[in-house]
Amino acid sequence: MSALTIWTVFLAPVAGFLVISLIIRPFFGKHQWISPFVLIAALLVSLIIAVMLFIDTLATGGAGYNSAYEWIKINESAIIDLGTYIDPVSASTLVVVVLVSLLVQVYSMGYMHGDPGYSRYFATMALFTASMIGLVISSNILQLYAFWELVGLSSYLLIGFWTERPSAAAAAKKAFIITRIGDVGFLIGILFLINHSFSMDSVAGINVLHIPDICSIGGTMSGVIVTVITLGILSGAMGKSAQFPFHTWLPDAMEGPTPVSALVHSATMVAAGVFLLIRLFPFISDSGTTMLVIAGVGAFTAVFAATMGLVVHDIKRVLAYSSISQLAYMFAAIGLGAYGPAIFHLITHAFFKALLFLCSGSVNHATHTFDMREMGGLRKSMPWTYGLMMISSLSLIGLPPLAGFWSKDEIMLSAWDLLLHGAIFELIIFGLLAIGVILTAFYTWRMISLTFHGTYRGDSHSIHESPTIMIAPMFVLGILTVIAGVLTNPPINLGSLHKHWLGDFISSSTVFHHGHHVAEFSVMIATISTMLGLLGILAGIYYFKKSKQGIEEPLESLKSVHTLVYNKYYLDTLYEDIIVKNFLQKRIVNITALFDKYIVDGLGITIGFMVRNVGHILGLIQNGNVQFYTFIISLGGVIGLILLLMYAPGIGG
Amino acid sequence: MDYPAILSIVIWLPFLLAIIFLVTPLKDTLVKQAALAITLIDAVLASLLFFNIDKSMPLGGFQWVDRIIWIDTALLKSQYLVGVDGLSAPLVMLTAVLGVCAVVASWHIKIRVKEYFIWLLILQTAILGVFTSLDLLLFFLFWELELIPMYMLISGWGSGRKEYSSMKFLIFTILGSAFIIVGILTTFITSDPHTLDMTMLILNSGGNLVQLGFYGATFVYFCFFIGFAIKLPVWPIHTWLPDAHTDAPTAASVILAGVMLKMGGYGLIRINVTMFPLQTVAYSYLIVALGVISVLYGAFMTLKQTDLKRLIAYSSVSHMGLVLVGIGSFTASGLTGAGMQLFTHGTITGLLFLCVGLIYEKAHTRSIPDLGGLFIRMPVVAITFTIAGLASLGLPALSGFVSEILVFAGAFSGFPLMTILAVLGIILAAGYILWMIERVLFGEVKPSVQNVSDATVLEAFPLVLLVLMIIGIGIFPGILIGVLDQAILPIVANFGGA
Repeated sequence: MSALTIWTVFLAPVAGFLVISLIIRPFFGKHQWISPFVLIAALLVSLIIAVMLFIDTLATGGAGYNSAYEWIKINESAIIDLGTYIDPVSASTLVVVVLVSLLVQVYSMGYMHGDPGYSRYFATMALFTASMIGLVISSNILQLYAFWELVGLSSYLLIGFWTERPSAAAAAKKAFIITRIGDVGFLIGILFLINHSFSMDSVAGINVLHIPDICSIGGTMSGVIVTVITLGILSGAMGKSAQFPFHTWLPDAMEGPTPVSALVHSATMVAAGVFLLIRLFPFISDSGTTMLVIAGVGAFTAVFAATMGLVVHDIKRVLAYSSISQLAYMFAAIGLGAYGPAIFHLITHAFFKALLFLCSGSVNHATHTFDMREMGGLRKSMPWTYGLMMISSLSLIGLPPLAGFWSKDEIMLSAWDLLLHGAIFELIIFGLLAIGVILTAFYTWRMISLTFHGTYRGDSHSIHESPTIMIAPMFVLGILTVIAGVLTNPPINLGSLHKHWLGDFISSSTVFHHGHHVAEFSVMIATISTMLGLLGILAGIYYFKKSKQGIEEPLESLKSVHTLVYNKYYLDTLYEDIIVKNFLQKRIVNITALFDKYIVDGLGITIGFMVRNVGHILGLIQNGNVQFYTFIISLGGVIGLILLLMYAPGIGG
Repeated sequence: MDYPAILSIVIWLPFLLAIIFLVTPLKDTLVKQAALAITLIDAVLASLLFFNIDKSMPLGGFQWVDRIIWIDTALLKSQYLVGVDGLSAPLVMLTAVLGVCAVVASWHIKIRVKEYFIWLLILQTAILGVFTSLDLLLFFLFWELELIPMYMLISGWGSGRKEYSSMKFLIFTILGSAFIIVGILTTFITSDPHTLDMTMLILNSGGNLVQLGFYGATFVYFCFFIGFAIKLPVWPIHTWLPDAHTDAPTAASVILAGVMLKMGGYGLIRINVTMFPLQTVAYSYLIVALGVISVLYGAFMTLKQTDLKRLIAYSSVSHMGLVLVGIGSFTASGLTGAGMQLFTHGTITGLLFLCVGLIYEKAHTRSIPDLGGLFIRMPVVAITFTIAGLASLGLPALSGFVSEILVFAGAFSGFPLMTILAVLGIILAAGYILWMIERVLFGEVKPSVQNVSDATVLEAFPLVLLVLMIIGIGIFPGILIGVLDQAILPIVANFGGA
């Protein structure tokens, strides 16, 4: 594969963005319908090349590194170049990103139909897809960081797409700022890397910003520095992937159009944090501390986010908390050293979660609401949506033979494997992940029941199935949800498909010096995780059967707990009211403002006052009285004369 | 490219037009058109200089030098000596380009039009003179010349408390000038042979041309430092800036923030860093600390502002703090980043003020609570404003990102903790910029902006020009870094910095 071909994957959506934003939107306002076709054509080009790259990588191990352009050179060992790095990790992620984006764009043609910002929507989507592709193929950590910020920008623009809604504007700002707090850690990590380059021998030919080089330099640094850098990178990943305590932006991000939630806020961008950690896995795993933190954050967030999913009424927010929780499973897997299962789950999750969001969008298309209290009984009028929602939900719960089962099973298996030769920490991790499975099943079933079962509680009179343009891409994702798990990582050899071929393929990347050993499929673990899922479903069936109207909440009997969870553990209050409003905007800013007013300007005024008064005193002398002047001059003359007589040599004594 | 006197033409062309305006009775529209034509020509010439700079010149090397002996007595020796190198060429281009923008932004001026444009053009020549003078006395004359037209523009065509603000501006700057002139005279008197020729002083920096010893040189160093720091401005002597910005007419704000603050940064690099490297290294902690305080302090102050111009003014304090961090680091990437920050901040803040000017002109308010929903009413201005804002908060692919990264990378090895504090400033930057965008551009259309119209083609021209510069430098920073490095690398290499 030539370098130009690889870049075309990225450049095609860039071209789409330029054509839509600079040509169609300003000059062909009446023909906005062209915009999605431009983008879809560009993405088809990208998809074909991405698939070719994937096949090529499967056969040859990947095109590896191609540098295109030296961007900024800090020193011989710290060069920011724009290049591509194609290995099994990027090649497989690339296919998923382009494929899901393509399907979501087709869906958007129906969903966004008639919106005044139709072209702007597709232009921003093009910008997002291009940035996301750029992020995946980057060979340089700062190049990756640049695209990392650009996907953040497109996310910002898409969350705030309906600019006239104040809640959308607030959510967009919140998403950008909270992820940026994480990114500061990422940037500081990069600065430590650059700092390391100053102490390096330039002859070594290592570029501390080159991703494959980073994967191999952990040994040349002190352990503390590695831990600091990896924790910094982790904070960036946690911000992007909405892990506790940075998770608060993702539920609010649901203010954006639903296809955006499907693509940006579940399938691709939020998974970038997981991607980053896998990309740098050999370096990350050089720090045992960081690995423990990743596992801990993942396991905790998996349960923590799921609890909030139990009580929200907004169907998209249920899915948002579900995304946080599922991403947390990937984090936990990485922390346990199982990067193969993590990327496997990333791929299957991209398919079934995108489908879940598109289904919720389809429901919204009919009911014009996301509030599940206004839904119910949609099963009959929306059979396709119901069927696809059911498949994707069961995949999320992790029931065989759906995609989610296989990937979640591998994560559980890795946790179990470690538990066997571990201690209390490993037990807690496994326990949390197992509890997470039950909670996932329960909130998912609650969502299904409230939306599709029972009787309709809303007041829309035109409940209808969505148009084919929306159902068709959902259908494709449905097929992927069914088959992606078995076909990509079968537990046994299936004809020409070797068992665990994807896992083996991922770990064959040259940056992973020692491939990850994928644990053998265990019937016991598979049974346990399936049983846990079924347990959650049964609890859901029992509960929501009992309450026919299906609007009483299971946790409401525990008043204080429900209040705590329903208010998102008061974290938004802590961040926004206490830290930002009270501390920053009141305390700190008042101090600086008082300083400006009284110290700096006060000093200025004092000086000004002094100058004016000195002038005033001197001004008294210049009173225009000629006699006074003459008197002073005479006085001066006399004094001068006396002085002269006293001191001049040869005159006086 | 070697044309005689081309640099002097670039410098004096606006002044010449001002003289013509002074002596001929021209109609107002003709005045505007002539000013636009001349500034355009000037911008094209300045860009030619920038793109033709010889990147292989050694330390103290300057191009397009014009030299005339001016004063040659035993008491004072001074010459008309101008030239550019990699440090000044970008700033000359920036000044000329923002000059065009300022003229377009002044198109709506209706009272005393000719007088207004005379001041604006003289201002242009004065600033170009500061960036190109290679004789300290000439430098100081241009430095002082710039005060008068700016004072006139703020007090004559400004708004709000314009008399107070213009006077405050004048007093603070003159206070700085007093220190600078002491520095210049001490340098002249103690140099042997007596000289004000900056190329000579640069070549002998750290040597024995100036016979002062370390502490004597430190005294001169701080004389210059205080003068330039007021201009930059550095905390705690920044308070003149928000007042001057807020009450100045749009064009004056653009010039003030876009290029006049850069005179301080330019002076620091050209004189303090280049001629007194030992002092720069010795007092680097102080310089970096002042920079970091400015970064955070300016950012915090933005959170309280309700006037758009005031908000951007405080963001300038914050961004200029980064220049100081880069200078104090005394590393190649830190200094290049500082020089680059001067240029990029000029384009970004110039653009922000142009947008605010358009909003103010059409909505007759700059008060943030009265604005809202401008995305719907003024899409072109709103999109441009967003791009400028994103560049200001350091978004990659826009120019601000590169200079920030260079400054951070340069300062981190010497000052890790302070650099981390400065990095925290980018969270605050994201906060105040996005909060501003949310309040001004998003949301429902407020009554006060119900009937505003979008930018006209003429008004959009400078916006597009600056957006292209911001994106161009953001994607191809090498264009600017290559030129800056010609001047920066020899300074650092000469003193064994990294």
